[in-house]
Amino acid sequence: MLDNKAAKPMTMSQKILARHAGLPQVEAGELIQCKVDMALGNDVTTPPAIKEFRRLGTTKVFDQKKIAIVPDHFTPNKDIATATQVKMIREFVREFGIVNFFEVGEMGVEHALLPEKGLVKPGDLVIGADSHTCTYGALGAFSTGIGSTDLAAAWATGIAWFKVPEAIKVILKGKLNPHVRGKDVMLHLIGIIGVDGALYQSIEFFGEGLDCLTLEDRLSMANMAIEAGGKNAIFPAGAEACAYAKERAGSCGIVEVADPDAVYVREIVIDLADVPLTVAFPHLPENTHDIEDAFAQKISIDQVVIGSCTNGRIEDMRVAAELLKGHKIHPRVRAIIIPATQEVWLKCVNEGLMNIFVEAGAAVSTPTCGPCLGGHMGILAEGERAVATTNRNFVGRMGHPKSEVYLASPAVAAASAISGIICGPQHLQK
Amino acid sequence: MLLKGNVHKYGDHVDTDVIIPARYLTSSEPTFLAAHCMEDIDEGFVNKVKKGDIIVAGRNFGCGSSREHAPIAIVAAGVSCVIAESFARIFFRNAINIGLPVLECPAAAKAIKNGDELGVDLATGTVTNLSTKETWQASAFPGFMQELIDMGGLVNYTKKQLSSK
Ligand code: SF4
Repeated sequence: MLDNKAAKPMTMSQKILARHAGLPQVEAGELIQCKVDMALGNDVTTPPAIKEFRRLGTTKVFDQKKIAIVPDHFTPNKDIATATQVKMIREFVREFGIVNFFEVGEMGVEHALLPEKGLVKPGDLVIGADSHTCTYGALGAFSTGIGSTDLAAAWATGIAWFKVPEAIKVILKGKLNPHVRGKDVMLHLIGIIGVDGALYQSIEFFGEGLDCLTLEDRLSMANMAIEAGGKNAIFPAGAEACAYAKERAGSCGIVEVADPDAVYVREIVIDLADVPLTVAFPHLPENTHDIEDAFAQKISIDQVVIGSCTNGRIEDMRVAAELLKGHKIHPRVRAIIIPATQEVWLKCVNEGLMNIFVEAGAAVSTPTCGPCLGGHMGILAEGERAVATTNRNFVGRMGHPKSEVYLASPAVAAASAISGIICGPQHLQK
Repeated sequence: MLLKGNVHKYGDHVDTDVIIPARYLTSSEPTFLAAHCMEDIDEGFVNKVKKGDIIVAGRNFGCGSSREHAPIAIVAAGVSCVIAESFARIFFRNAINIGLPVLECPAAAKAIKNGDELGVDLATGTVTNLSTKETWQASAFPGFMQELIDMGGLVNYTKKQLSSK
């Protein structure tokens, strides 16, 4: 008798995992071994990965083109210790013939850089020894953060182990209000579900509301899946993602669609029209407040940072420039703008955004993670407060354990830089 | 394996930035990292922790970055095991990969107090509070993970994979 029983329905993430495990189907909770399309490391996580890789005693990597190494956290190197770490990485890269190593001058913050360089496309399985590797879900890839030992093992074998995740379905309806962007939607969602609301789970986005989200919005949203504890976030690869991948990676890859009856552990509906400009107060990304509430508290700030793998892309730079144009940064505030990649940097020059930034009194840095993780280029002293377009506001994240980070979108960050207190564009005097 | 040690108790969402702040990620040397372990939430930790001691925490322990420096610092500081209500997934993965025992046990994590003396039987997952005589059972690891742990971590497991090719 023919077995007519339909295969078990799967989520987008499960389909990509199944294909990379060579299995017709997988189920939540199952432990599987998957082939990876890209295995990424940075200047913090690669040195321990190299140590572990050498312990494996192998003489070659699984594929010289499927490894990416991006020194970005302390770049250009801030001191002897970090210079020594990257020197060790360079030697490893030469010894093993790794192709995708990005040196100062062509580097960028890793999660802004990889899509730009065409190293990720829809349907790919990407692992990275960096928790924000989940960013590439914006392109319809399954991507997730792992540790240095995992990375070393994958470099040797091309394989990583996974527990197949359950998933949360987020349905987006309606349209965003002016100035509200993907960052606000994601902070809003984290405010609803909490910093462990998606622990061990995928976050999958659906709904007609997706139409008003650009690829850059989606990248900044998928980026922060980890701030909800998620294993990954994923968007169905739409026309923009596909065109982008074609242009950059030479192909649109494989567009996976969730089965209509796929099982989700939880469903959350968000009407985009209800999402306000959102600010996450210290010291957790789930401490969200809408901008009117934040403004009413008259919170004065010392520093603004616009950049990072969350919001350091060209659209973010344009939003900031549009608001800063013809204004001066508040005399009490230091504004630091960090285009996330060399390409974004060059676009800022060509589009005249650099003039606007400098005339407003902002400092513009070459690409680096820098202050995002309290590394360099804008560390906070005791008692200081920053508004940042980054993704974490944990204790001590940007410097002194008694400093504070407020997370927001580029529009809120730029407006706050002008007024010296946390506010939105609507609160600026015309 | 039987572990015995005193408890250092923390709350929910202990993140990797406080386990080992980024300003120390300029090195991945275990002893250097251990000297700064937990310093942003518990300045005295490094001086009071004794070999074999146990960290007990609330929900989502190890959330944040993927830095393996966090479990490395904890091990190098002398901690023998971490018990929590739940763990952030990358921290959990890293701990297993480098051989730091991590036990998920909400009831124990809630009841145990700072300074209590614990006994932990890793083979069975039994947690005993030697100060109050209470016992709990932590959830067991799925088969493959137990195999990883038994082999002493992912490097040994991968070595075997490579040599059987
Ligand atoms: S910009 Fe910040 S969050 Fe992104 S990779 Fe760099 S340090 Fe991590």
